[in-house]
Amino acid sequence: MADMFSDWFSIIAACAIWLGALNLLKISLNKIYKKDKDRFYAVVTIISFLLIVIAGFFFSGGRRFQEPGTSFDWLYINVYSPLSATMFAMLAFYVASASYRAFRARNAQATILLLAAFVVMIGRTPFSDWLSGVFFLPEGWQISNLSNIIMNFFNVAGQRAIMIGISLGLISTALRVILGIERTYLGGD
Amino acid sequence: MQRIFEKLLAIDRRIIFLVIFLALSIPIFLGIKINIKVTDEVQIFYDAISSLPSGSRIMVACDYDPGSEPELQPMAESGFRYFIQNNLRFVIIGLWPQGPMQANKALVSINEAKDEFIVENGDTLYFGTDLIVVGPDTARYGIDFVNLGFQAGNELVIQRMGSSIKAAFASDLRLGKPIEEFDIMRGLNQLSDFDFIFNLSAGYPGTVEWVQFAVDRFHVACGAGNTAVQAPQVYPYLDSGQLSGLMGGMKGAAELEKVVGHKAKATMFMVSQTAAHIFVILFIVIGNIAYFATRGKSGRKG
Repeated sequence: MADMFSDWFSIIAACAIWLGALNLLKISLNKIYKKDKDRFYAVVTIISFLLIVIAGFFFSGGRRFQEPGTSFDWLYINVYSPLSATMFAMLAFYVASASYRAFRARNAQATILLLAAFVVMIGRTPFSDWLSGVFFLPEGWQISNLSNIIMNFFNVAGQRAIMIGISLGLISTALRVILGIERTYLGGD
Repeated sequence: MQRIFEKLLAIDRRIIFLVIFLALSIPIFLGIKINIKVTDEVQIFYDAISSLPSGSRIMVACDYDPGSEPELQPMAESGFRYFIQNNLRFVIIGLWPQGPMQANKALVSINEAKDEFIVENGDTLYFGTDLIVVGPDTARYGIDFVNLGFQAGNELVIQRMGSSIKAAFASDLRLGKPIEEFDIMRGLNQLSDFDFIFNLSAGYPGTVEWVQFAVDRFHVACGAGNTAVQAPQVYPYLDSGQLSGLMGGMKGAAELEKVVGHKAKATMFMVSQTAAHIFVILFIVIGNIAYFATRGKSGRKG
């Protein structure tokens, strides 16, 4: 029974990908039709979508479309991959800007958070060993060790608390649904 | 002095962007050598893979996309290189659609025989896809490694593989051949037949799901490489022993490069990351000094 449900889930998930792609097309076409102010982005979306689909289906050797050297692979390596990496890389710049403007030691909790961030950020680089050497910090007090303590003890304790909290929340929500207390998913109050 | 602090607080963010850009890019060209200290998390992972006997079969689950490439691709490359050098066979899958293509990219990258091919029994075998050369060692598609591609279904794919790998992945990615026709897949019927799982994860589905299903339910040892953002969420599994090693972010990738004895991209980029971290900390310190220096005055004004 479990295997059957797993198979059906995979089938539905595979169909959902198509549904998502068609929905993207519908929304983008709607934007163009209604002359939305963002319609130019919609045009780019549709052209990109059609380009990769056509390259994958007709110009990449059929079944072997993901092989190195195919048109699909060329688009993946030279267009999709750099664009996707660029989006993620921009985070570094925004994080730096945001931390300069918003990361303030306004109260005790914020100061503790700030100090922990300093230790972890420095401790995760080779610079920490150099810095520990400059200040003649003993073995147990070296910045990299303090960083490991924060990650292995304080972080683990916090993560476990979050996991347990989520699990209890899931159980209580499931019970509410099973017992008929929670009916919002049916459209009621 | 007060005016300087006020100006500092109102600094154009493009200046911050420029400083970070320079901090990230200049160290790449300086060729600075740094000493990477291997943490226990990475040592545990290395101990786990180095204790596998020759010929062991490892599942490599690539659950990431190009956005996480700077952190996870060096781990994939180091892992594949180590597996090939130590005669460990590997089966690639992905719960993310881009994962298997990232694996292909890593294999092409580590292959040392570029644009070469051989003809064997009438078949043309290309280096980089059919054959991967790493130093004196070679891995052959279908025998030493195979790429089964992506399967939709998230953690339910793992669950399905627990009872039947073929039910989740009927054919391979490259040739579309039924998986039982590959030499490497002989005797691999379910997840527990694997000797080890190497998961590279950037989010959901990823390491958490592999631990919860593959490790806890089907009792397969699993080591993981995560993005620096995701790694803190996975630490509880390392502490409990459910995870056989963890590499977090570029630092983890650089540590892996050190333990496997091949310093590459991650080690090089760690210099940039170090510089960026230092500048971010400096920004925070300057921002706080300026904030507290100007707060008193603005408070009196108000």
